[in-house]
Amino acid sequence: MPKRQVEPFAWLAFSAGGVMAALFVPMLLFLFGLAFPLGWISAPSHPELLDLLSHPVSRIVLLGVCVLALLHFAHRFRYTLHDGLQLKAMTGVIGAACYGCAVLGSVAAAYLLVIYL
Amino acid sequence: MTGVPARPRGYRQQPSLWWWMHKRSYTLFILRELSSVFVAWFVLFLLLLVYAVAGGAERYQSFLDSAANPVVIGLNAVALAFVCLHVVTWFNLTPQAMPVRVRGRRVPSAVIVGSEYLALAIVSAFVAWLVVG
Amino acid sequence: MAESITLEVTRYQHDVDDEPWTQEYDIPLRENWVVLDGLNHIKDRLDGTLSYRWSCRMGICGSCGMMVNGEPQLTCAAFLFDYAPGPIRVEPLANFPVVRDLIVDIGDFMEKLPRVSPWIVREEEQPTSEGEYLQTPAELDEYKQYSMCINCMLCYSACPVYGIDPDFVGPAAIALAQRYNLDSRDEGAAERLETLIHPDGLWACTYVGECTTACPKDVDPAGAIQRYKLSAAIETAKSYLLPGRES
Repeated sequence: MPKRQVEPFAWLAFSAGGVMAALFVPMLLFLFGLAFPLGWISAPSHPELLDLLSHPVSRIVLLGVCVLALLHFAHRFRYTLHDGLQLKAMTGVIGAACYGCAVLGSVAAAYLLVIYL
Repeated sequence: MTGVPARPRGYRQQPSLWWWMHKRSYTLFILRELSSVFVAWFVLFLLLLVYAVAGGAERYQSFLDSAANPVVIGLNAVALAFVCLHVVTWFNLTPQAMPVRVRGRRVPSAVIVGSEYLALAIVSAFVAWLVVG
Repeated sequence: MAESITLEVTRYQHDVDDEPWTQEYDIPLRENWVVLDGLNHIKDRLDGTLSYRWSCRMGICGSCGMMVNGEPQLTCAAFLFDYAPGPIRVEPLANFPVVRDLIVDIGDFMEKLPRVSPWIVREEEQPTSEGEYLQTPAELDEYKQYSMCINCMLCYSACPVYGIDPDFVGPAAIALAQRYNLDSRDEGAAERLETLIHPDGLWACTYVGECTTACPKDVDPAGAIQRYKLSAAIETAKSYLLPGRES
């Protein structure tokens, strides 16, 4: 039996996050990052957006996107630092920092989307 | 044979810290990997939006105002470019990493990539319809 | 004398030189000559001290791999005309220690290769009287591409991960592991997984994809590694979900 390891799960989460980021991020980022601020399209009113975000399905989908996208980031950025800057000696620190950020972000996302909203 | 050789038997060149600058494909690879930073930025931006919307109409308006700041718009434009790089590279590499079989026959790469873009179009249209109304 | 082209060839002798240096040779530029023909011309006519490896000069033996203008190439397949007017830089394969001139030490790969058991593993050999192991064309098709590897080391030379971290098992070894994993006659997948699930195995690969670009035999090591990652991840997940199961 293969030795118990976390790396395969980190990779699965990275892949799932890569798919989520590819599917959901372009349109959301285009709308809220460029189209609304530049006035190409008028931004939704506050009640409309509150209504949309408060829907249980929106909360679940957005939470899924946030958590998986952060795990995607943590995995990829860890290897970018590891190989790009040749920091093999600091693997542990880099891993802890990257996944630490992802976990903190995920907790914040869960709090905001499930409780605060 | 006795004695220790005067020098090491092979010459090994130390890899340069700038190896990813030496070749176009390596540079593109590093840019692709750095797209993850902008994915993380998007999550932060989205959470700030959720926080603002939950906080009431006034805070939502101030979020929209700060999103209209040229620096933020510039950052988001760069982020969108990197996310597009992520989308293109991710979709292009999928058939290589994950051969799909239907009834024992390998699905051609073009069909796999095409259906990924179709999925992106459907999700994007649905999200736009939900948000813009 | 016909038109000529300059080869900038790396020279190194471990007991004389502190580091490699470059020597220029002018050789005839002929339409049907490859870089290897140029090196043979130098060795025969200009400078007998130049050392390099070659054997079949037809892309089968995999021994004449060198860096040609910075790209890993089989020098028997790199036509001088494609690099005209030159000069052409000929260096030993990157990422390996240089033994002499254009010869590199591939001992590291030779040590890693047997770790992935690149042969058919059977729990029990079927007696000869039962005949051969039959395989359908579709089953052959599964692994045939990966069996084309000639161990030329171009993929190792193209791989920045291997360059940075020589402990990485590397593209060809993983592709060869996959070649046997995908063979319907083989039963050694679990054994190979043990080796490759190590951090220096599969997971060190970040899918730069240059190994596949460099491969002269269209083996596609990058694809093999990604496919292997998926099956390794699924196997590991199963071992958690079904703890009693022996793989």
